[in-house]
Amino acid sequence: MNKRVLHPFWVMVRKEVADHMKSWRFVILMAIIVLTCVGSLYTALTNIGKAVDAGDNENAFFFLKLFTITDGTLPSFFIFISFLGPLLGISLGFDTVNSEQNRGTLSRILAQPVPRDYLLNAKFMAALIVISMMFFSLSFLVIGTGLIAIGIPPTPEEFMRIIFYTLLSIVYVSFWLNLSILFSVRFRQSATSALSGIAVWLFFTVFYPIIINLVTRAFEPSRYAPAHIIYMYNKLKFILVQIMPNELFSEASTTLLIPSVRSFGPLTIEQVQGAIPGPLPLGQSLLIVWPQLTGLIAVTIICFLISYLLFMKREIRSR
Amino acid sequence: MNSKVIEIHGLTKKYGSFTAVDNLNLSVSKGEIFGLLGPNGAGKSTTILMLIGLTEPSSGTAKICGIDPSRNPVDVKKKVGYLPEDVGFYDNLTGLENLIYTAQLNSIPLGEARQRADQLISKVGLSNEGKKKAGKYSRGMRQRLGLADVLIKNPEVIILDEPTMGIDPSGIKDFLELIVRLSREEGITVLFSSHLLHQVQKVCNRVGIFVGGKLLAEGDINSLARKLFATSALTIEIGISPPSSGKGRAKPRSITAAGLKNKLQSIEGVDAVKMNNNIFQVECSGDISSQLARAVINSGADLNYLNKKEYGLDDIYYHYFEGGNGNE
Repeated sequence: MNKRVLHPFWVMVRKEVADHMKSWRFVILMAIIVLTCVGSLYTALTNIGKAVDAGDNENAFFFLKLFTITDGTLPSFFIFISFLGPLLGISLGFDTVNSEQNRGTLSRILAQPVPRDYLLNAKFMAALIVISMMFFSLSFLVIGTGLIAIGIPPTPEEFMRIIFYTLLSIVYVSFWLNLSILFSVRFRQSATSALSGIAVWLFFTVFYPIIINLVTRAFEPSRYAPAHIIYMYNKLKFILVQIMPNELFSEASTTLLIPSVRSFGPLTIEQVQGAIPGPLPLGQSLLIVWPQLTGLIAVTIICFLISYLLFMKREIRSR
Repeated sequence: MNSKVIEIHGLTKKYGSFTAVDNLNLSVSKGEIFGLLGPNGAGKSTTILMLIGLTEPSSGTAKICGIDPSRNPVDVKKKVGYLPEDVGFYDNLTGLENLIYTAQLNSIPLGEARQRADQLISKVGLSNEGKKKAGKYSRGMRQRLGLADVLIKNPEVIILDEPTMGIDPSGIKDFLELIVRLSREEGITVLFSSHLLHQVQKVCNRVGIFVGGKLLAEGDINSLARKLFATSALTIEIGISPPSSGKGRAKPRSITAAGLKNKLQSIEGVDAVKMNNNIFQVECSGDISSQLARAVINSGADLNYLNKKEYGLDDIYYHYFEGGNGNE
């Protein structure tokens, strides 16, 4: 008997997923992302021949090049994802709570015997499911197309790298999703919350790097300054850049998809000494991206926490 | 046995320096239909929100079925159905699907939910519209669907916030009758908020008048009237023809208006008589209209009309509103 009754939480999740799937918004987003990916995949496939000929030690990972290669006319797959991911997250989340409020359904649903956080959790869960499905199918489509086009299957390590990369993209998009859920709790107009989401995104992609440039230039030491000052300066520059979630994501995805990347930030000669140039094993790459991944998850949780606090204490008026 | 379903003690809600609900004490017994009557912004909705646990009281306690909604909101919501003011539904789902969704949130198995949704949708008179998308519903239809939505969880108490807004007059009649019938048949306690007196008068056993966050008076309509117009519960208006008519049919036995006034005053049960241009306002404690009529006719005056004026909610309402405004 109990088995056949779906838990209210999953009832909510199911409804939200269905809503996303049936919405025009989702269709449009899907179309944009699929089109750009097809475009970047096309350039990657036409250029992959040259990449293999290069004959360097990354040849072992040439399947991954499907995701990273470009001839300069169109950005590569992973650049596209890092660009469109925030848009996807923001547009799936910006009207989460305020649309319910404006439709007058919020107080009706919260008058049902479900804890209040179910609504927030279910909405987040539903969007996460949708995003995960989308990204996994995209990645698998790329793998499949690559398989047919070049005829060489990916090695297990390449496959695992692609899976980890997909998981990373999901975490990244869920950060933007949570940020926009936060705005949807805070602002009653969905237009306001969408705009604030986009504003944050623009700030981090366009303005923040400019500001950092301006600020750090003021502290720039002379070329003849002692080494440790130059090192400190570069370290500071690096730390300031690390605040950007998009930077965290692009660092992490670069490391996962280009195995020869072995570190970020300034390195001293001592640190590099004795290093054998060559691709890193998956475990080592994962170790490198661990801070970035933790950072992304942390900001996601912080956003969720703030929206949770705002929402739980809120008075629910009808409309 | 404690038959009080809703108990409120010293409930207060403050928004900054503004007190929306001020030290409210109220109790509603099982099976009762209680009307919260008050102008807009009197704190009716805030009180209801506190009852259902959608906002926290600043101080004081509220209990529904013995459960504190600010501590155990989920348990309260199992027993209480709440119809918010201007209820909304998911536009992309049909009316029936909306009901089934609510039922599932109440952990009702799908099969039973479908069955119950079907029953309820015909009960509220939407059987033809059940398969239409809720986005196409008119305001009144939404309100009816809202009632079905409230009933689908088999509540012990239903709380309706301005439920008749946007329904046409005949619809309001059906709606109110439905509420009364449900309350009688299934013993559901109803808390009903409205600023429209006549609806409240029609359906409610007891009424609380709410102005400026305070409950000014509480009781059934007759006792409210008695409390308010302590000496005289009834006013009878008598209109007579002028004692001397211009057509020369002056009656020999006719008396002056002042004489008639004195005569009326001497009748037992009459508290006061006011005279204004051939219209007498007789305030009396009981229904003595027949004696009054006889007295007028015996005195030789022509009785034009006799009108019994009972104190309705209107008078009570305006009386309190004036009082409420006067205090500020």
